[in-house]
Amino acid sequence: MQASSKIPTDVSYLEYEGKHKGLLSWIFSTDHKRIGLLYLYSMMTLFLVGVILGLAMKFELIAPGKTIMEAKDYNAVFTVHGVIMIFMIVIPGLPAVFGNFMLPIMIGAKDVAFPKLNLLSWWIYITGAFLVIISVLFGDGSPDTGWTFYAPYSFKTGANMLPAIFGAFVLGFSSILTGLNFIVTIHRLRAPGMTWTKMPLFPWSLYGTAWIQLLATPIVGITLVLVALERIFGIGVFDPTLGGDPILYQHLFWIYSHPAVYVMILPAMGAISEIIPTFSQKHIFGYKVLVVSTLAIAFVGYFVWGHHMFTSGMSGTAQYTFSILTFLVAIPSAIKVFNWISTMYKGSINVQTPFYWAASFIFVFLIGGLSGLVVGALATNVYLHDTAFVVGHFHFIVFGGVGFSFFGAIHYWFPKMFGRMYDTTWANVGWLIFTIGFLALYSPMFYLGMQGMPRRYYDYLEEFHAANILSTLGSWVMTLGLIIVIINLFRSAKSGPLAGANPWNGKTLEWTVPSPPPVENFDEIPEYKEHDGPYEYQ
Amino acid sequence: MSQVIHHDEHYDPEGSKIGMWLFIFTELLLFGGLFIVYSVYRYLNADAFHLAAEELNTTVGALNTVILLVSSMTIAMSTTALQKKQKATTIVLLEITFMLALIFLINKYFEWGVKFDHGIFPGSEFMKAEMSQGEVLFFGLYFVMTGLHALHIVAGLVIMGFALARIQKGTVHADRPSLLENAGLYWHLVDLIWIFLFPLFYLIT
Repeated sequence: MQASSKIPTDVSYLEYEGKHKGLLSWIFSTDHKRIGLLYLYSMMTLFLVGVILGLAMKFELIAPGKTIMEAKDYNAVFTVHGVIMIFMIVIPGLPAVFGNFMLPIMIGAKDVAFPKLNLLSWWIYITGAFLVIISVLFGDGSPDTGWTFYAPYSFKTGANMLPAIFGAFVLGFSSILTGLNFIVTIHRLRAPGMTWTKMPLFPWSLYGTAWIQLLATPIVGITLVLVALERIFGIGVFDPTLGGDPILYQHLFWIYSHPAVYVMILPAMGAISEIIPTFSQKHIFGYKVLVVSTLAIAFVGYFVWGHHMFTSGMSGTAQYTFSILTFLVAIPSAIKVFNWISTMYKGSINVQTPFYWAASFIFVFLIGGLSGLVVGALATNVYLHDTAFVVGHFHFIVFGGVGFSFFGAIHYWFPKMFGRMYDTTWANVGWLIFTIGFLALYSPMFYLGMQGMPRRYYDYLEEFHAANILSTLGSWVMTLGLIIVIINLFRSAKSGPLAGANPWNGKTLEWTVPSPPPVENFDEIPEYKEHDGPYEYQ
Repeated sequence: MSQVIHHDEHYDPEGSKIGMWLFIFTELLLFGGLFIVYSVYRYLNADAFHLAAEELNTTVGALNTVILLVSSMTIAMSTTALQKKQKATTIVLLEITFMLALIFLINKYFEWGVKFDHGIFPGSEFMKAEMSQGEVLFFGLYFVMTGLHALHIVAGLVIMGFALARIQKGTVHADRPSLLENAGLYWHLVDLIWIFLFPLFYLIT
């Protein structure tokens, strides 16, 4: 090993290759910035696969009856779409890409606490992704259980379930290791003087997220192992013919998978909390309240899993309790929305692409959140359960929440990551088309669900036709916007005009280092003085 | 590349210990899921669980408990010896721990083998024909939980193997004891889980 003094301080991480050359200098790099980009590129690829599957589903639903696929294929398509999007994109999304890239810089560290473990997490992630792909390409048919792998169908179906289940387990392991790494990094590597209450909000949201990843993922891990063993050996724990209880599976699954929703949304909220003050040129309103609400969401989020199972068979007391707890989560979420709006109040707003994404995030998050209260209430839940309404709510929160925040974050941090600026006009056009398509795609689902159209069917009654056409058209418009956004970013990463160290006049630490950052981030570790805070705008 | 930055200069024993503790939390929750499943079915099938537990060999179970407890002691002694810079003692104590872990697995092998001979294994026709659903569940959980625990013993053996090699090479020593300390923490966890498995399966009848 060479001594660290040989690492140049004036070479950016994009140029410095270290021990290996070319592609190897990326896939064996332990630099948190390169690992962040590795995740970005692998997720982008998998995301496009997921999008194509989504488009296929919407195309099938353009007319009643069979359009392009049979019922069995439709089941496989929505299952694989769900598994890819949930386990490979939205759960690891913001933490793995922007968390890896920005967390160490934002807290004034040279890297994460365990750089090798960080690289291992990426390799585990890729292994998990390959396992899922194997289940699609080989065996007796693609998984067709839905991404929830509900018992007993998940061990009765003839489809090739084992690689998919094992893949989800492996992806969970990657998620656990990333979370572990971030917790230790935040505890041990904050810059001198950066106390907990001086840490920016994106690292705070990563901290809350990491704890959920750590404490919830093992439970779904063991549950998936049990399903796999049930399939191989028939141990009986979830098999009613052997005395097992399938509802126990649902409980164990949602004990993880509901908190997982907060793994998705908390870092998304964290990124928005960075973008809004920067483009309002004003310190964030209610910093401490935002921190507390982050932790409150993480904590209360553990105790609401039962609201996925209101119609599965539960005592009345349990139903009331889960419903009330679900309503409680809305409080810290709404507090965040109020704080973001209040931050804009009397700020000098600099309307740029990231701000558009952030503002539209608040809009779709609001719709998603309010429709969540509709399905969280017992009476309406029974009516809307398993209808298209739930699909609409879910996509507004998860795709609206994570997607808009992700694109906001990438337009915000892009100049820092690549040292170049993107074409703003095309970025804004892409955003506008994407947003129009998004609303056209998912809004009709609320209407369809209330009219009684069930989810997960490849066919529907003639009376649902008009709204479904609108939804399918929306999927095309949204994809067009997506293509514009992605092409614009790709072209700009290569040939955009050079960006300075601080193009947005941001106040957090990542804007104090050159763009793109040098290998070791900081020449000298920054120090926080007594009166420095995370968002000190004049 | 940046492992260079960190690995040589940025040695943080406190950080790696925190990391290990966090990992232990996740392991506890992993088994926690199984303990939940166990308690639900024990509650629902109290009589069948009682009957099935009679099948297990308490002597072998108790022997294995003693073996693991002693091995926990020897690995703790090994860590202390490392702090006192007694390299030879450290290595001998770690090797004893390693051997005890192997003996545990050998016992387990024979214990499971006897069950298999009696037709007791997941998915066996004998169990479906002769046993109640509660008994099938008991043995299903028995094999899953002790099997997963045995897998952890194997992982522990690998970690101890690494620690042994690194101590012999001299890269783990009194000033850089993290690998051995973490191996010890992990081994205590494996021990702790067995301390719960033993009474739940063998003693409560």
